[in-house]
Amino acid sequence: MKTNIEIPALARVEGEGALYIRLKDGKINDIELNIYEPPRFFEGFLQGRFLQEVPDITARICGICPIAYQMSSVKALEKALLVNVTPEIRALRRLLYDAEYIESHALHIYMLQAPDLLGHPSVLSLAEVAPEVVKKALRLKKIGNDLLRAIGGRSVHPVNTCVGGFYRWPRIAAIKSLKEDLIWGLEAAKETVRWAATLEYPELEIDDYEFVAITHPDEYAILEGEVLSSRGIKTPIEQFEKRYLEKHVKHSNALHSHTSDGTPYITGPLARLNLNYHQLGEEASEILAEIDIDLPINNPYKALIARAIELVEVYAEAIRLAEAYNPQGPSHVELALRECEGAAASEAPRGLLYHRYIVNANGSINHAHIVPPTAQNLARIEADLWAFAPRVIDMPQEAATLACEHLVRSYDPCISCATHFLELSIEET
Amino acid sequence: MRKPRVAVYKFSSCDGCQLSLLNLEDEILDLANAVEIAFFLEATSDISPGPYDIALVEGSISTPHEAERIVEIRKQADIVVALGTCATSGGIQALRNFADADDYALKVYQHPEFLDTLATSTPISDHIKIDLELWGCPVNKYQVLEVIASLLQNRRPNIPNYSVCLDCKRAGNICVMVAYGTPCLGPATRSGCGALCPEYGRGCYGCFGPIPNADLSPLLPILTSHERHPGEVVQLLRNFAGYAPTFREAADELLQEGK
Repeated sequence: MKTNIEIPALARVEGEGALYIRLKDGKINDIELNIYEPPRFFEGFLQGRFLQEVPDITARICGICPIAYQMSSVKALEKALLVNVTPEIRALRRLLYDAEYIESHALHIYMLQAPDLLGHPSVLSLAEVAPEVVKKALRLKKIGNDLLRAIGGRSVHPVNTCVGGFYRWPRIAAIKSLKEDLIWGLEAAKETVRWAATLEYPELEIDDYEFVAITHPDEYAILEGEVLSSRGIKTPIEQFEKRYLEKHVKHSNALHSHTSDGTPYITGPLARLNLNYHQLGEEASEILAEIDIDLPINNPYKALIARAIELVEVYAEAIRLAEAYNPQGPSHVELALRECEGAAASEAPRGLLYHRYIVNANGSINHAHIVPPTAQNLARIEADLWAFAPRVIDMPQEAATLACEHLVRSYDPCISCATHFLELSIEET
Repeated sequence: MRKPRVAVYKFSSCDGCQLSLLNLEDEILDLANAVEIAFFLEATSDISPGPYDIALVEGSISTPHEAERIVEIRKQADIVVALGTCATSGGIQALRNFADADDYALKVYQHPEFLDTLATSTPISDHIKIDLELWGCPVNKYQVLEVIASLLQNRRPNIPNYSVCLDCKRAGNICVMVAYGTPCLGPATRSGCGALCPEYGRGCYGCFGPIPNADLSPLLPILTSHERHPGEVVQLLRNFAGYAPTFREAADELLQEGK
């Protein structure tokens, strides 16, 4: 590359960001991932809202992963209220989360990242040369949306989640009728892994990654757990804000996260797979063994492979849970309001999502604090770009630009999420 | 015949309405044959410059930059469609429009000078003339398809503007307000979701915005008589479409009465 890389509007990402890589004397002088997505001040206006409104409101932070927001918020509020949900409710939440993973991962693998690897500007142009691949991708994604609809009424901002459980049990027939689709999806997800393993990824091994994901003693953690770092540090949720800190930087409407040591870290599918692969179910473990990939994966572009393996995992789990679905008892637990505080984290498809709430005795929110996955990854993405920089310098301009944009995209950044949480400051004049 | 050129834009929003287009899994390839997707950043890095025949605009205007950008889009596009409740009413982020120092504790950024936002979040129609509005948080993807199809066929889109109540009756839902005493905005809210919330045993929270020319004054005393916690109805109104005039004025009326 001979001149600066300037991508004023990143494509195929959720939300609005820009990337600038500036040269000086033939060397890279400055890398800036500029997040100009407008802040929407969710934490500010959650104050004073009744706690049962929180899952509906926080869902609106992200149209691609509303379930992650609903789940982290209800888990945090239930922890605050000392509510334990029944195993049936928990199982249905796992199934709902599986549905979101299916929709979000299929979208990212095929529609957002694959065009980079296959040299296309979009899945639509890919469809002109490989219609069968695209039709399969669309069906893979659609099944996730159908499952979301069966449980929550609609695929974007579903309406069934409440603090304490679900407003009502989804109809058994609506869940069971998806069985054949899910079985097809599991096989198509396995084919996705095999295909992903054959793709040629840009070479980039990051040797100083700190992977951070939640972990659970009994399962591949998505819904809840403690926070595990590849440095061997396990952090209870209550201590999360002490180990993982946020900083407001000038070029970004999103905060940037660091560990308490001041170093960036990575959250998302690579972190989950690298840390928790031994808890994958049989189907995902088999396909992981079949493609014979070395763990940990340290190439950020290969997050696509991790996503594909998780796609197998969630399809397999969705089949099990849908088969076992036979709801008994009330669909939600009654709440006893009290003055309280609680925090929880779940794994959004693109990484760890932390919520903490302080609640008044009358059930209204006194304070809300949300740490979304992409804000945690931003500092790491910039560090990756610095690591990649020496190679970029020697590339032709267009290839350099594409490779850098692809690197950002491989994180599946959800920029709308990343900027929602800045707090509104109103000064009396 | 030249294919109509469609551009999809994002302003302050969650991306959920754009996603509704990508969620047209069974129709998207046909759609891409019928129109030229000339600008759709979330879906393609292939950007083809304007002018465009149709601009679908998601999101509200909440920064000075957005206020400038929407004016440019108006110049580039023959038909501008406000897509979703953020674009038609200012969205959930318009809750900031009601904020005052009493409502929100004073909070300090680490560096507030880094931010460049407006004090309000407002609908697209506050800034430019628009040709069509499609409500919903999120929009109903089949309504999006209907809007595009109607524009291609040079006819009016068939988008109902009756209330959610009618959908409930058709679906045979039990009325949550009559049967369970749950406050429900269904009588005043546009059809479009398929009466989802009542179907799930909860009250409508108005995410498709108010029906045109609704008079909420007979409804408000009934709603407030069913409140399960103080201020519930004001919060129900000040929600995803809270800045839409009908809901805004109703909430103001209740707050006035309370004083």
